[in-house]
Amino acid sequence: MSCDLAQTAVHGYFDGELDAVGAAEFERHLENCRDCQESLEHMRSLRVALRQSDLYHRASARLRDQIRRRLKLQGTEPSAIARFGRRSLLALVLTPVSVAAALAIALLVVRPGIQTTRVTAELIDAHVRSLQPGHLTDVQSTDQHTVKPWFDGKLDFIPPVADYSAQGFELVGGRLDVVDGHNVAALVYGRRKHTISFFAWPARDSHGLSAMSGSRHGYNWSTWQSGDMQYCLVSDVSAADIGELKGLINR
Amino acid sequence: MQPPVVLLMAGQQGVPQPEDKIRFEQLVLPHLDGAVNLARWLLRSPADAEDVVQEALLRAYRFFDRFRGGDARAWLMQIVRNACYSWLEKKRPSELMTEFNEELHHREGEATPETLAARADERQRLMRALESLPARSREVLALRELEGCSYKEIAEITGIPIGTVMSTLSRARERLQRTLTAAARKEAS
Repeated sequence: MSCDLAQTAVHGYFDGELDAVGAAEFERHLENCRDCQESLEHMRSLRVALRQSDLYHRASARLRDQIRRRLKLQGTEPSAIARFGRRSLLALVLTPVSVAAALAIALLVVRPGIQTTRVTAELIDAHVRSLQPGHLTDVQSTDQHTVKPWFDGKLDFIPPVADYSAQGFELVGGRLDVVDGHNVAALVYGRRKHTISFFAWPARDSHGLSAMSGSRHGYNWSTWQSGDMQYCLVSDVSAADIGELKGLINR
Repeated sequence: MQPPVVLLMAGQQGVPQPEDKIRFEQLVLPHLDGAVNLARWLLRSPADAEDVVQEALLRAYRFFDRFRGGDARAWLMQIVRNACYSWLEKKRPSELMTEFNEELHHREGEATPETLAARADERQRLMRALESLPARSREVLALRELEGCSYKEIAEITGIPIGTVMSTLSRARERLQRTLTAAARKEAS
């Protein structure tokens, strides 16, 4: 590379650190400089690769608890659900997913579907968190007659619990999550080596989540309403697999 | 006039007041993830990172009365970074001397079925490439690309003069790019 700027100013430009005059000046230079164009292209693909590879390493729940304990930050040991709530809130503030969701909210407050974006971001978060060792299930059983009663008394609604092993979706267990400030039931299904979270909670008011699906950071999700219940599936399995499970649940 | 002075001293000795506890919890603890991420990339070990961060957090808490407002994230990460470098100096001093970690870098060359499978994985490839860089490159890349810090924040956390953050980042990116290209070339041949 022969252009000096390809090693210097291009970085400041790429990182948004040049002032308006500097940036405009650099853009004029960029038009005719192959070195800088190439350098910029490399940086872009590197950034995309780094951000998509999930290299950000978060504090484990164990570390968080240990620090709280050693600092005596809580007089009493908070309940598992309260801990979950706080963690999901913290995680929500810090994850790229939620940053994107927050941005979306800021930009499109009045657009419908925003509620969906925010809640699905939280659900994906909850799913990812559940994949950490020891977090997947609170009750572990492939028997729907064990899992269903477990939710009794923990929730003010009854989630639909069924095993679809015959169709290739094996019930693994269930857990409680807190999403959007409310308790939700999370059922865990195994699909080959992958894990699927199925979230269920009562639709709060007239503006429930619209039926939507999409993908975010490699996770596919699909949300829909049925009767007075709201459902969402999140997993790294294909959208087709998610659609299949959705079909089974709705059957 | 003696008692007020004594009181003032007590306040400065790092005995956190109850209201400090709440402030610490609200201002500092939310940045725990950022602290752990930085430590993980500096120490190249998630387990060591958690140990060092835990001790650093307790120290930060003891010295919380020295925090006079401003950027709590930068304040915490600065403390964690210093703790990481002290740990490296003590446990792996050679690492801070080597500009480029040959041992890690060369591991890319082994062509066992396992490494071939791992190499196919983009994440593994990036992780190894990042880990083979010198500590200073790892930290600026983790701060800029993963944590999303501005140059000013990077300068504050690392103590690198703000004027040289850009060139440090430029060098780090070039190194990472070179490592990735070399690895890809080896794979192709």
